[in-house]
Amino acid sequence: MNRWLLWIPLVLFSLFFAIVAGGLMRPKDNIIESKMIGKPIPEFALPAAIEQRPALTTTDLATGKPQLLNIFASWCLPCIAEAPQLLALEQAGVSINGIASRDTPEDIANFLNRWGNPYVRIGTDVRSAVQLELGSSGVPETFVIDGNGVIVHQHIGDIRKEDVAELLDILEKAG
Amino acid sequence: MTRFLCLLALLFTAPVMAQNALPASPYAHRQLDDPAQEEKARSLMEELRCLKCQSQSIADSDAPMAGDMRSQVRERIAAGATPEEVRSWLIERYGDWVTYNPPVNAVTWPLWIAPGVLLILAIWLARGLFRRRKTDQKDAG
Repeated sequence: MNRWLLWIPLVLFSLFFAIVAGGLMRPKDNIIESKMIGKPIPEFALPAAIEQRPALTTTDLATGKPQLLNIFASWCLPCIAEAPQLLALEQAGVSINGIASRDTPEDIANFLNRWGNPYVRIGTDVRSAVQLELGSSGVPETFVIDGNGVIVHQHIGDIRKEDVAELLDILEKAG
Repeated sequence: MTRFLCLLALLFTAPVMAQNALPASPYAHRQLDDPAQEEKARSLMEELRCLKCQSQSIADSDAPMAGDMRSQVRERIAAGATPEEVRSWLIERYGDWVTYNPPVNAVTWPLWIAPGVLLILAIWLARGLFRRRKTDQKDAG
């Protein structure tokens, strides 16, 4: 019996080694999903970010029709990369609401003049307050919201060409 | 000379792409006036994970979003919320991931009981060893 006990430390060490090596080799996953998916959008009222578009409040997001809520910023490079995809979604008839994160009106206006303005409304979130309410941890992020104002999907990071069809599909199912 | 002036001018440039075009949230870098409340807020901030730089607490991080979170924590505590209420407000949005002091649940209970189990195991092993030594001595004597 004692002979078998002798192997226990080695077995324990191999187990420990396997766990550490596995952890080191697994690519780092930094994506933190919001726990607000499936819940109604939290109460908020953001002032208008630019003169040309109205402000954004919770009631604007429960209109009976599914919509997109896109968090962006003029200082965010991936937001430039996703701009054509947002314009394509707008062309497809999707109503896109914007939240400008930690930004100034001039910078937002310059950004939209340069890369296009796909938004029906833009609220300005200078203190990331609404972003925290939504459980969002960065820019850009896009939420799909159904007609009742319930969050049905969160897209983290920039929207690539191949994501457009998927988002349209989710929007259609939410309708 | 021109080159020197150019270099000098470089000193006064600001990065074009910056998240800091805006001033920080009111309580991002300012303590609460009530020391007792500040103490509560402080110890909670040390247990909340920064969303941008995930290995730091929001108390340690310089990321603008961590500043916004610190301000939220302080304002909520100043408004009378308990630290546990603020913590659960964040957990509701980001999951247990956001706190460095995870609650006991189906996934985390092994973490919580492991130290106790290891301690009991160690005592049992040590006891066995001491006892054996004593009997050895008796045999020798």
